Amino acid sequence: MLQIIKIAWRNVWRNKLRSFVVILSIVLGIWAGLFIMSLTLGLNEQRMNGAINTYLSHIQIHNPKYLNDPDIHSFILHRDETLSALQQNENVKAFSTRANVISMVSSSKGAFGVRIVGIDPEQEKKVSNIYTMMKSGEYFTKFKRNPAVIGQKLADKLGVKVRSKIILSFQDMDKEIISAAFRVEGIYKTSSSRYDEFNIFVKRQDIDRLAKLQGNIHEIAVICPSINQVAQTTAILQQAIPDSQVRSWSDVAPELGYAQKMMSSAIYIFMGIILFALAFGIINTMLMAILERRRELGMLMSVGMNKVKLFLMIVFETIFLSTIAVPVGMLLSYLFIQYFAHKGIDLSAAAKGLESLGIGAIIYPYLPTHFYFTITLMTVLVAFISSLIPAKKALSLNPAEAVRSI
Amino acid sequence: MSIITTKDLFKIYNADSEIEVRALNGVNLDIQEGEFTAIVGPSGSGKTTLLNIIGGLDQPTSGSVIINDTEVTKLSSNQLIDFRLHNIGFVFQAYNLIPVLTALENVEFIMMMQGQAKDLRQKRAIELLKAVGLEKEINKRPNKMSGGQQQRVAVARALASKPRFVLADEPTANLDSKSTAQLLDIMAALNQKEGTTFIFSTHDQRVIDRAKRVITLDDGKIISDV
Ligand SMILES: Nc1ncnc2c1ncn2[C@@H]1O[C@H](COP(=O)(O)OP(=O)(O)OP(=O)(O)O)[C@@H](O)[C@H]1O
Ligand SMILES: [Mg+2]
Repeated sequence: MLQIIKIAWRNVWRNKLRSFVVILSIVLGIWAGLFIMSLTLGLNEQRMNGAINTYLSHIQIHNPKYLNDPDIHSFILHRDETLSALQQNENVKAFSTRANVISMVSSSKGAFGVRIVGIDPEQEKKVSNIYTMMKSGEYFTKFKRNPAVIGQKLADKLGVKVRSKIILSFQDMDKEIISAAFRVEGIYKTSSSRYDEFNIFVKRQDIDRLAKLQGNIHEIAVICPSINQVAQTTAILQQAIPDSQVRSWSDVAPELGYAQKMMSSAIYIFMGIILFALAFGIINTMLMAILERRRELGMLMSVGMNKVKLFLMIVFETIFLSTIAVPVGMLLSYLFIQYFAHKGIDLSAAAKGLESLGIGAIIYPYLPTHFYFTITLMTVLVAFISSLIPAKKALSLNPAEAVRSI
Repeated sequence: MSIITTKDLFKIYNADSEIEVRALNGVNLDIQEGEFTAIVGPSGSGKTTLLNIIGGLDQPTSGSVIINDTEVTKLSSNQLIDFRLHNIGFVFQAYNLIPVLTALENVEFIMMMQGQAKDLRQKRAIELLKAVGLEKEINKRPNKMSGGQQQRVAVARALASKPRFVLADEPTANLDSKSTAQLLDIMAALNQKEGTTFIFSTHDQRVIDRAKRVITLDDGKIISDV
């Protein structure tokens, strides 16, 4: 058996160029496959993390009614108990209370429907990174009276700049229409322009006073120490505050979670196709090698090499030929992906289209380790299956025919 | 005592068609232990066909081959492989050796397939390679050896399994006259000293001259046996 393996191994190197071409094609196949996988996953991961860090947070708490109709009266019940439940839970790293009011914003250029998000800026900074996305102006530092931070897209539509005045009109708790002047203190720009045109941040105390909210809030955004604690914490909080609806980020935006799962399967299918194509190359190469060596194989059968040994020899040969490439391909892909995972790939040329998807202009490829193992297994499996055809072909050789002199 | 007996061997190619070829046309043959026999005859006379059928590489259309007490023509193809491994040594005109193995490994390989122990294998392989005058070449691969040297390795390999007889189909066809003489010297010496039975086909008059018995085929029939 060992001798058979030795011969098979040496046979791989008999036609160096041919073996090299096969090995190279497998290396490139693996590399291309894994790299595209990592790009796809990286893109999705970024989309997901971006969404979480910017506007989803890990957990959101609402009055269940608010989710159907974001009415000003659908505020969170038992506010104080809710807040103390949050304070007592050690898996709650930070939270931010928000008073949300649907409103009309107008400038001299026009009027648009928006959502006013009343926040405590210091709290909010711990659950959302919008404060790091300021295009101009400041995030609630200087202005004393009715400051507002608005999105770039909205600023463009309204034709306003920092220090410009905007008018917010909304119904207060008594259903009276209130109009109030706010001053733009800062303009932010997230990767989602749809978000930017809809959300206006103001200080919670300002909207509270104007809308007569009396300290009521509509939304609490929660951050856990890590994304792994989200599911568990969501369940615990839901039990503690049954009158509110506690939702994890994946409940809020299920499409992000689905996308992750779908991409994983799509990736396997994609890799499967690559390997399928490679299998044909391997089979073809081995069939050629067998045809070329039919006299030698005939000689081996003539002098008494049995079918099992002959079969194994070809199987090993094929597996060697196709799996030498695996470590090389994996290492190459790993280094390549790691390099770009740090450096990022600048796609600003295509960034316009990506932004509306909620993706930044720089992609950081990302591939969880288990993919390397699974793909290795897949490749070895494909190699094994591809080896059966040439091995069977070798068995069909007739020693008398194969051995007849030229 | 006779080790090979053929009875009414026929090998007919394309039997039902116009271009029927009677490669063997009723061959009855008896070969004794210790013979040094040449099978000769013009091209297409059936030499290779006869050797292949005796060696169990090919099946006759009718007739039988009995080696010692075994009717090889009745063995299954798996049994035949095993029978060849333990009973018959082969030397072909070319492609005798495994190119990726050294001379020593090539000779050892056959004993390994027989399941012999490593140290015994190696000892015997070295002895055999010495006997064919290749003690210096044992670690060379076939492509680093001359055609004559390769054929001598093939003879060593054929003997390694301790076969009952050695079949050689035109073993010298690709060799120059010096290598031919050398190879025949070695085969003759082994035949004389060890009593190894050799049956070989050839076109070469110098080879025919060395044979103790010459069987002449024509059109698949034995026309003389001297
Ligand atoms: N597979 C085959 N199909 C049809 N005819 C065949 C086949 N193999 C051999 N023959 C024919 O059988 C006859 C005997 O062939 P064989 O090879 O035994 O002759 P040979 O004496 O060895 O000839 P040479 O001296 O050229 O090697 C020839 O006429 C040959 O053409
Ligand atoms: Mg012939």
